[in-house]
Amino acid sequence: MAEVVGIGAAPRRKEDFRFVTGRGNYVADIVRPGMAFGAFLRSVHAHAEIGAVDTAAAAAMPGVRAVFTGADMAADGVGGLPVGWGIVGRDGLPMKEPPHPALAVGKVRYVGDAVAFVVADTLEAARAAAEAIVVDYRPLPAVVDMAAALTPGSPLVFDDVPGNLCCDWELGDAIAVDKAFAKAAHVARLKLVNNRLIGNPMEPRAAIGEYNAGTGQYTLWTTSQFPHVVRLLMGEFVLHIPQHRLRVVAPDVGGGFGVKQFHYAEEAVVTWAAGKLACPVKWVCERSEGFISDAHGRDHVTEAALALDAEGRFLGMKVETLANMGGYLSTFGPNIPTNLYAPLLSGVYTTPAIHCSVKVVFTNTVPVDAYRGAGRPEATFVVERLVDVAAIEMGIDKAEIRRRNMIPAEAYPYQTPVLVEYDSGNPRACLDRVVELADVAGFPARREASAKAGKYRGLGFSTYVEACGLAPSRLAGQLGARGGLYESATVRVHPTGQVTVLIGTHNHGQGHETTFAQIVSDKLGVPFDQVDIVFGDTDKVQFGMGTYGSRSLVVGGAALSKASDKVILKARKIAAHLLEAAEQDVVFENGKASVAGTDRAKTFAEIAGAAYVPHNYPLETLEPGLEEQAYYDPVNFTYPGGAHVAEVEIDPETGVVTLAAYTAVDDVGTVINPMIVEGQIHGGIIQGVGQALFEHGVYDPDSGQLLSGSFMDYCMPRADDLPKMTTTTQSTQCAHTPMGVKGCGECGTIGSPAAVINAVVDALAPLGVKHVDMPASPGRIWHLMRNAGLAQAAE
Amino acid sequence: MRDFAYHKPATIEAAAGLLATIEDARVLAGGMTLLPTMKQRLAAPEALVDLAALPLSGIAEADGVVTIGATARHADVAASPILARVLPGVAALAGGIGDPQVRHRGTIGGSVANNDPAADYPAALLALGAEVVTDRRAIVADDFFVGLFETALAPGEIVTAIRFPAVRRAAYAKFRSPASRYALAGVFVAALPAGVRVAVTGAGPSVFRLPAMEAALDKSFTPEAARAVAIDPAGLNSDIHADAAYRAHLVGVMAGRAVAAAIAFS
Ligand SMILES: Cc1cc2nc3c(=O)[nH]c(=O)nc-3n(C[C@H](O)[C@H](O)[C@H](O)COP(=O)(O)OP(=O)(O)OC[C@H]3O[C@@H](n4cnc5c(N)ncnc54)[C@H](O)[C@@H]3O)c2cc1C
Repeated sequence: MAEVVGIGAAPRRKEDFRFVTGRGNYVADIVRPGMAFGAFLRSVHAHAEIGAVDTAAAAAMPGVRAVFTGADMAADGVGGLPVGWGIVGRDGLPMKEPPHPALAVGKVRYVGDAVAFVVADTLEAARAAAEAIVVDYRPLPAVVDMAAALTPGSPLVFDDVPGNLCCDWELGDAIAVDKAFAKAAHVARLKLVNNRLIGNPMEPRAAIGEYNAGTGQYTLWTTSQFPHVVRLLMGEFVLHIPQHRLRVVAPDVGGGFGVKQFHYAEEAVVTWAAGKLACPVKWVCERSEGFISDAHGRDHVTEAALALDAEGRFLGMKVETLANMGGYLSTFGPNIPTNLYAPLLSGVYTTPAIHCSVKVVFTNTVPVDAYRGAGRPEATFVVERLVDVAAIEMGIDKAEIRRRNMIPAEAYPYQTPVLVEYDSGNPRACLDRVVELADVAGFPARREASAKAGKYRGLGFSTYVEACGLAPSRLAGQLGARGGLYESATVRVHPTGQVTVLIGTHNHGQGHETTFAQIVSDKLGVPFDQVDIVFGDTDKVQFGMGTYGSRSLVVGGAALSKASDKVILKARKIAAHLLEAAEQDVVFENGKASVAGTDRAKTFAEIAGAAYVPHNYPLETLEPGLEEQAYYDPVNFTYPGGAHVAEVEIDPETGVVTLAAYTAVDDVGTVINPMIVEGQIHGGIIQGVGQALFEHGVYDPDSGQLLSGSFMDYCMPRADDLPKMTTTTQSTQCAHTPMGVKGCGECGTIGSPAAVINAVVDALAPLGVKHVDMPASPGRIWHLMRNAGLAQAAE
Repeated sequence: MRDFAYHKPATIEAAAGLLATIEDARVLAGGMTLLPTMKQRLAAPEALVDLAALPLSGIAEADGVVTIGATARHADVAASPILARVLPGVAALAGGIGDPQVRHRGTIGGSVANNDPAADYPAALLALGAEVVTDRRAIVADDFFVGLFETALAPGEIVTAIRFPAVRRAAYAKFRSPASRYALAGVFVAALPAGVRVAVTGAGPSVFRLPAMEAALDKSFTPEAARAVAIDPAGLNSDIHADAAYRAHLVGVMAGRAVAAAIAFS
């Protein structure tokens, strides 16, 4: 589009042309001269001591260049994978942080733990050799269930972590909560499971390591959401490569959802092996390998209680959660079920006293870390399920109990009892709107119609708030973050007026190349197709924290907005010189600098030309060139929120739950591109529906084998599982971000699981069903219905 | 995937010859089952003998007998006008296998020879009393499906066609596994001149008949009669998607739906 496309417009996504025409450039597409191929040998045991590892036969096979084990890496001084966030327990002691070697040393701790790495001329040769490695495993009893892991006498994942307890963490005022419960007219209680999820981005992970013996320069191409952070963590802590000698490139990446926002062992192994062998080494994850080596998400068991007065006003909330970390700490693992969870337990309500304790537990399972929403869907699920339980038990309408307890619009900024201060919002407006859009008034008639067709129908609400735009660095530091959480952007204006933006976030499906170009086009008045966004290469982009936690527009977009403002400032100075006017008389508008009240003006391209060909230029006071950089550190999180309504129909014969309708009203702040926001909300809802109805990472409790280790058993949501959704935004402006944006990447995933499960429980309520764990699979629903029927028959 | 030799013979004799002389040679039909197993390195045959060039994909009807060639694809069976006329239940079954990609590659011969305990076709063959025709003989369905992934085929024996009776009062209903969409429980009901036959797939280690339900449906061919038969969960499969009790229940529900569909066809 050869014109300005500004904020609020919905142009087609720039990046889609290369994706839909097969011209994307993914790590697996990259071929380097002399490249060799790697394959990992992974543990088939959930827990075992590693005796001798006999690599002789494998090393002697045709085409094999090397076989490496954990012992080889340790002998070479390679460090363990670091944790990016440390938490402190209620006893004031730091969490247990056992070493996490890139290739297992001494023990394997989950099925999939990497034991050895083979490099060969071909992938087939590497795989065949990996199969020829003989590992003398001495199997140990495994523990995958958290309650079992905490029980005295349980197998220990780490010998020096008693009771498998990584950290016993808490937030909130326990005394105030006890007082609230003491005076309560009613207490609603619930025990629930937040099911383990496996992210399954469309593109599996991949990595290529390369070493240039001439310059001493290492390069890693990786499927990462944050290449600069990988460079920092891997270079500094694992491989001890100085930052200026290490380049990390994350080219096109086919979906992340959190799965690709950690520093993984494979990245370090291929880079290290490339150095040892002086040849590029490529590894591409197989789909089934991904199931047992990508970090998993969620996996909580929670007991929660809500104290209410006689009118149904919330007095206090108590939450006790067990959170699974798996067999090692992943990069952000311990932060997710603590700092990104407990502070959201106030939801959109005025609950005055909240206390949350979390036991963070090691088990013999794949490490657990952030997955779209990360902590916040879990918190929302607890709150919104409890609210429904309370409403049912007290006989209060489910929308009404929410309204009665919502933070009124005029109460913002609102300080919750759990750390965070919401800057803006209007939850009642969202709820009122969704009640109207979802035709809640017409629900009884629809339920009647379903009943006539022999089906149960239910309607469920979920109102939520999330904290995103990660994150104010100082606050994050106080909460244990070991790095900053700002973002950076460079706006590079070329001599002819086109613009290249270098930004520290990473685009892997979110449409940044479009949204960010709109911001620049809007601000500088440069045509949309003359703005390109560059990201994902540490040699090109200054620095950046990457993309996760709905932060890219909020934090990266703010940095971009600031850098654009700096460009305008300088452009005005240059224009003032060219127009022989005073700087304060020059206005920059619509891509032109003009002297106020006159028709004298210079175009942006003319100004850029003067900056790079400074023949007529104020060289005494101004440097040539037109390129500005800004770092932006937010002053607070942002708090998108909204209200969702799900409607389900259940077939009593089979237990199949059909999502009949879904309506979402979300407050995401200023909308830059409504089409992209809609897409993000849709995708998010679908992922949340996946958690509620379909997806489940299941381990065998005895053997520790992953039973849902392929798409034959791990059920992803499909297009035909979903109704046409109605989504809209009902926004308040963020009070502290430059453009008023709040972020929208995780809204759907955070709001939808509770809405769907509340609807399922509503449908089954006539049978006396009080709670349904996720996923609400047909088998589970059928058993609930049968047990309820047996119970009713017994009465 | 390990290396293997690839052969594409032009005649059945040549195919049989290759299978007889090459040790560990395997027949390749649609490849929808065999190739994934090879990619996962669970199977590593020396050679593949591709049936694609053999004239085995026809569908014909004569004298009340429907013959479907072994390499007829699921999509061809689903769209066959002949079957729509004389054996609609089998066409509908084929149209419900897997997804469009699978239906355009997978073959009836491959499905039958593979005898996956959750595959759909075996239920149709057993309920309809079909015959499996090979390059050596004809085997009745009751003798063909021996057990879990096990059939009466001898090493190197090639399925060339399946022969069904033309019966309109016959239909299939399956409850799909949410993840794989194979049958958690699938029931084929056929009202044959000699009596009703009912076959169940997905619920047990291999396809099996339900004599009690056959007797009940002989008396009254109604969905209610099918639903009234108690199904014993003993011996049925249990996994993370469905335990034996739920599967037993689903067999009853699917039998009722199959009867309703068969009545609608006739
Ligand atoms: C994603 C997916 C979903 C599926 N869903 C379903 C489903 O819902 N229901 C269902 O029933 N099936 C399903 N299938 C299986 C599908 O129907 C396969 O096509 C079928 O099981 C095998 O047929 P094929 O022609 O692909 O055989 P191949 O994979 O080529 O061969 C399978 C086996 O049979 C042998 N074989 C093949 N043809 C002959 C022959 N003529 N004589 C002797 N031996 C032979 C081969 O040697 C091999 O051992 C699914 C498959 C996939 C990949």
